[in-house]
Amino acid sequence: MSRTVERAIVEPERTVGALKTAKKGPQLYVRAERAAKGFNRTWLLAAAVVILFVASILLGSYTVTVPDFFTIVWAHLTGGEKIPGASFIVMENKLPRAIVGLLTGLAFGLSGALFQTMLRNPLASPDVIGISHGASASAVVAIVVFGASGATVSAAALLGALAVALLIYLISRGGNLRGSRGNAAGNRLVLAGVGIAAALGAVVNFLMTRADIRTAAEALIWLNGSLNPATWERIGTLLPALCVLLPLAAGLAKPLRLLELGDDTAAGLGVRVGAVRLGLVLTAVALAAVATAAAGPVSFVAFLAGPIARRVTGKPSLPASALTGAVIVLAADYFAYNLAPLLLDGTVLPVGVVTGALGAPFLLWLLATSNRKDA
Amino acid sequence: MTSTTAASSGKRERTVTAPNGTETGPQLYVRAEVRARKGKQPAWLLAAVVVLAIACGASLAVGARAIPLETVWDALAHFDPADGNHAVVHARIPRTVLGLLAGGALGLAGAAMQGVARNPLADPGIMGVNAGAALAVVGGIYLFGITGLTGYIWFAFLGAAVAATVVYLLASTGRDGATPVKLALAGAALNAGLYSLMNVVLVSSQDTLDRFRFWQVGSVAGRDWSVILPGLPFLAAGALLVLCSGRVLNTLALGDDLARGLGQRVGLSRGIVALGVVLLCGSATALAGPIAFLGLVIPHAVRFFTGPDYRWILPFSLALAPALLLGADVVGRVALPPGEVPAGIMTAIIGAPVFVWLVRRGKGASL
Repeated sequence: MSRTVERAIVEPERTVGALKTAKKGPQLYVRAERAAKGFNRTWLLAAAVVILFVASILLGSYTVTVPDFFTIVWAHLTGGEKIPGASFIVMENKLPRAIVGLLTGLAFGLSGALFQTMLRNPLASPDVIGISHGASASAVVAIVVFGASGATVSAAALLGALAVALLIYLISRGGNLRGSRGNAAGNRLVLAGVGIAAALGAVVNFLMTRADIRTAAEALIWLNGSLNPATWERIGTLLPALCVLLPLAAGLAKPLRLLELGDDTAAGLGVRVGAVRLGLVLTAVALAAVATAAAGPVSFVAFLAGPIARRVTGKPSLPASALTGAVIVLAADYFAYNLAPLLLDGTVLPVGVVTGALGAPFLLWLLATSNRKDA
Repeated sequence: MTSTTAASSGKRERTVTAPNGTETGPQLYVRAEVRARKGKQPAWLLAAVVVLAIACGASLAVGARAIPLETVWDALAHFDPADGNHAVVHARIPRTVLGLLAGGALGLAGAAMQGVARNPLADPGIMGVNAGAALAVVGGIYLFGITGLTGYIWFAFLGAAVAATVVYLLASTGRDGATPVKLALAGAALNAGLYSLMNVVLVSSQDTLDRFRFWQVGSVAGRDWSVILPGLPFLAAGALLVLCSGRVLNTLALGDDLARGLGQRVGLSRGIVALGVVLLCGSATALAGPIAFLGLVIPHAVRFFTGPDYRWILPFSLALAPALLLGADVVGRVALPPGEVPAGIMTAIIGAPVFVWLVRRGKGASL
């Protein structure tokens, strides 16, 4: 197969556009420009992540200078002399908080983008198809019925997310898998997820009405997703999980692009459709589950990251979505932890309350200003 | 010729097959299937109406105090205020009527919304109706100290209307007007923002959370006529708009370009149907609180009986959604005595397994 034909299959819309113009020079130029733009802007997102990460450690209600920061970390690693106060705040509060925010943001953003791309539906994020609801229902049962707190709630959330994902997968498989419209198994997965999400959402709402108001308020904070309980233990479970899942997602990115062309075309190009789809589902579910266990179902990050990344870089891209997720969570947490208390007489908002308020207007602005046809 | 084109229009099928003279295998099969479905639809619709009537009867008869059906009929035909049973039946009329109205409205709105947004995951809530209503109610409680249901209604309706208008305006900016993807994204994004604002209030004010959590579950209980009557004109107007749009939705389902080619004014018709949707589910949410499940799931369930024709999907949704809501309300009354489980919760708990079962045995071509 020649290279141009291969590209034509991988990038159908661009090639169609090229055929219409039928001019070699400008088209090549446009393609190169587009590639450069997407590349640059992904790096721009990465830079934003680094800046926000550093800002959330150094700035805020307690400021740390850069030399101090390195002294503190060095002292912590080598067991040297600690700076009273500052050492504790940086090592037990600010640093773990920023790291958990970074990792959960990456995981949520990537998970949402995987679901949205695989199921070809911008509404199909883990919040919509039941994964987050499984975690929420399980955690609220733990909080309200068993009076659990801390790590137990996280474990319950992880189990709930995985159990619901398994249930949805079992429901959506079997039966008539070879539907005439190609993506039949995917459609069933979404529909089953939506049905289960509704039932679990009802359970959560019902438990909220039955609980004592203090417990309900506590459960509400968990339900919104919060970085307050960020500790090194959480990082200890989150980091290894991501070390496995991120390379897995990177490896699946190319077959996913081919899968977007439709199951039959992808199979024709040598993709093992069933295996790739299963791998994608498992990766996306696991990402959402570990992130939810660490910080609660930080709302809308998974849903917003993909569309925002797509509009910033001008093309659907998994790394850009993951970075956008991290940008949203870190920025939202900086606002919730450092700025909101000034406006709301000291109330520290859960980060999930701010993510939607921050991400949604941005996406709306992007929608309103973009005039492309696929926007 | 593919089997899909054969199914899509009877006329075209005839003109194409006539020169051939003979009919091929799959095509015959499709035609037979279409005919079979056409023949069965009125019967199924009748069955749906019967189910709805049974649900109404049960809603009047079942509860903390069970009343035999003859007494229910007596109470309706010649009411005797002195009879305790008659009084109980009369007390159950408003919630039955409300279940009928809210259920029907949400079912219709859901079916129409999936047609307008051409997205199987679009429920009426995607227009921002539920989020707008919820934020307005929370604002009403927090800022103005509203306590009663009658107070919530107007806040909810206003919030729903404003949110839906904003979603539609945002989606219609840009060159192509309100395309389905832009509509879905704008709606979902605004939802996210509104829920966040609502949670800001809920997290910082425990009193507001205490009142709001009971409104949030969605229920048909405890509303009297003074709550229901103001909603009627909005519901009637919305139902009229949506019920008349079956053909329009069928054309829109073919895609914007094809619909335009068939002479449809795509933007205008989408706007009119969207207006109907907002009227219907805005008032339903104002009356009964946010009941999320019905509008999303009933149209999917209905498609297993009707196929993709919106002229059938709409009346089926109108009949089956209130049947599910009333049935759920009845079960909720007796499920956990002495208390009641609100209808909004029972709807999802009863409906989800049924829906999952339908999804599993369906052929996967329902989207």
